[in-house]
Amino acid sequence: MQVSGFKFARTAILFTMMVLSAQVFAATIKIGAIFAVTGAAAYLGAPEEKTARLFVDNLNKDGGINGTKVELIIKDSAGSAEKALSFAKQLIDENEVVAIIGPTTSGESMAIRDYCNNAKIPLISCAAAETIVEPPLPYVFKTPQKDSYVAKWAFQTMKDTGIQKLAVVASNTGFGSGGKAQLEKYAGDFGITIVLSEQYDPNATDLSSLLTKVKSSGAQALINWSIEPAQSIIAKNMKQMNLNIPLYQSHGFGNIKYVEAAGSAAEGIIFPCGRLLVADLLPDSNVQKKLLQKYNQDYKAAYSEDASTFGGHAYDALLILTTAIKNAKSTAPDKIAAAIEATKNLAGTAGIFNMSATDHNGLGMESISMLTVKNGKFALYEKK
Amino acid sequence: MNQTILAQYLLSGLIYGSIYAVIALGFNIVYNATGIINFAQGEFVMLGGLLTHSLSSVLPLPIAILSSVTITAIVGALMEIIFIRNLGVLVKGDGGKGGVMQLTIMTIGLSILLRELALKVWGEQVQTVPFFTGNESSSLSIGGAHFSPQLLWIMGATALIFLILSVFFKYTLSGQAMRACSASRVGARLCGIRAEVMVTLSFALAAGIGAAAGAVTAPLTQTHYAIGTSLAIKGFTVAVFGGLGNSGGAVAAGFILGIIESFSIIVFPEAFKDIVSIVILLAVLLARPAGLFGSREASRLKEF
Repeated sequence: MQVSGFKFARTAILFTMMVLSAQVFAATIKIGAIFAVTGAAAYLGAPEEKTARLFVDNLNKDGGINGTKVELIIKDSAGSAEKALSFAKQLIDENEVVAIIGPTTSGESMAIRDYCNNAKIPLISCAAAETIVEPPLPYVFKTPQKDSYVAKWAFQTMKDTGIQKLAVVASNTGFGSGGKAQLEKYAGDFGITIVLSEQYDPNATDLSSLLTKVKSSGAQALINWSIEPAQSIIAKNMKQMNLNIPLYQSHGFGNIKYVEAAGSAAEGIIFPCGRLLVADLLPDSNVQKKLLQKYNQDYKAAYSEDASTFGGHAYDALLILTTAIKNAKSTAPDKIAAAIEATKNLAGTAGIFNMSATDHNGLGMESISMLTVKNGKFALYEKK
Repeated sequence: MNQTILAQYLLSGLIYGSIYAVIALGFNIVYNATGIINFAQGEFVMLGGLLTHSLSSVLPLPIAILSSVTITAIVGALMEIIFIRNLGVLVKGDGGKGGVMQLTIMTIGLSILLRELALKVWGEQVQTVPFFTGNESSSLSIGGAHFSPQLLWIMGATALIFLILSVFFKYTLSGQAMRACSASRVGARLCGIRAEVMVTLSFALAAGIGAAAGAVTAPLTQTHYAIGTSLAIKGFTVAVFGGLGNSGGAVAAGFILGIIESFSIIVFPEAFKDIVSIVILLAVLLARPAGLFGSREASRLKEF
């Protein structure tokens, strides 16, 4: 009797748990998000977090996904890989999310990539480094354009303007190291020699001594690969010490705040980036134009600040994820992952996504344009 | 390696040096009056920069700087009155100079508090302060090497702060009273000095100096809510390097370290800059535990 009583109790508990979890399951679709809302990468993480809230609010106002509301659980990793990993575990084990978007930085993404893949929970990273999806893991995706595309665009422009000797500086972060590696890998293909390659502390407040080294290296152009405020500091330091060579930046420069911080020193900076920043300058025939303009307007209306490409990466991650859940008609993580991999011709803020088993980013070279700074605003770069 | 390039490295070293020196001065004031290492010193620098940024949009720049220095000094004084003086009694025991370590750790907590408050007020975006003369592209030249006119302002401010402090501590009654508190809190009390007021004053002074440093360096370095920590670590390093409590030592050590760091880049990668300065610091401390210019006797008298 005792044994069967115990069995009965166990079955009853199990049954109740199943009913409860089924109810929770039916009530909302839980999506986890890990962003560096504070810390050195806050310039990326904060707009991502704001965008994600806005996206989900709008989605739920329109009835959610196939009539089910979405619940977004956001965790602030402050840019720390350790925190990102513990949040990923928490989201998967305690919150039982169906998928995770983020993290913000490449270092964090690399830290949680294997964990999410082993737990069979889809992860759509908002970080740039190519190694996140190279080689592709079944459950890991990313929305920003690949580093190598950005590097190739920059090199092509340099080649067109006759630059052969290049100095590379990058912040000492996952993003900086990833970019530096891509630059070193492809420079030869464009006949460009890297005469100096250095990394600096992401919290650097003055880089004039490093730039002195650049000056004495005889480089004809400088490319800086970082996401930190150092991007503006380098521009200012160069002008102040009269180092008059073209300054290229990575797509990390795609935030108007950096232009404002650098003031007149930002004029003429060249960088490869998505089209969000120049949405209004695009021809009407561009399939992304309407989406980009709407995102810009919605974001500005909600937060009274300009949208940045980083927020766009979170927008794309949610767009791809919610479209996949809609198409899969299921919230089973393996079905969602399969549906994400089947994404075709989906226009996002970064470009047109066409995923496949071998390409878990889905963007092509054409997703990038060369931009410059003109009169304190972003503009399309035109060769002089 | 020609002379112009060497001069350019030297100028970079002067920029680093003056920033380090002016932050280290703030550490010394609080240390002299209380024996506490105030790790919120970097946050005063951050507050000075951000307040100047906000105020300069409505007030003329000089008034904006003066106001932000005043506001930060009040914040520093309040911080001491609320946390160190009143709550500090809980860890101090006899109300004397005990519990220095606990109070030092309390300042770390306060620095986190100030940082989070700044994040709420100013957000995570990078902010700037207008250049005092010219703009971000302005450049002066000495012997072919170029630098921003702001460097002259920073060096001038460092010199001015150093001078004012020297005069204050040597020749004014308040300054002498503050030094007396530092030598012996009980002794100072017996002479009729209100030690609590002197400690509050030292926090206000350190906060004001930190804010002035923040305002004058912000055009070059930019500022945001999280800039304080790394500045505080560097400033603290320099203060120890020069001999804790020694203002002249702090200024000299700041420039020495700044220039060494700058020239180290010729040989080592930029990423090794901090390693170079830490190795030098360790070497100096092993040979001279009281710092380059600190006296051994004085350091032995301190609490730790």
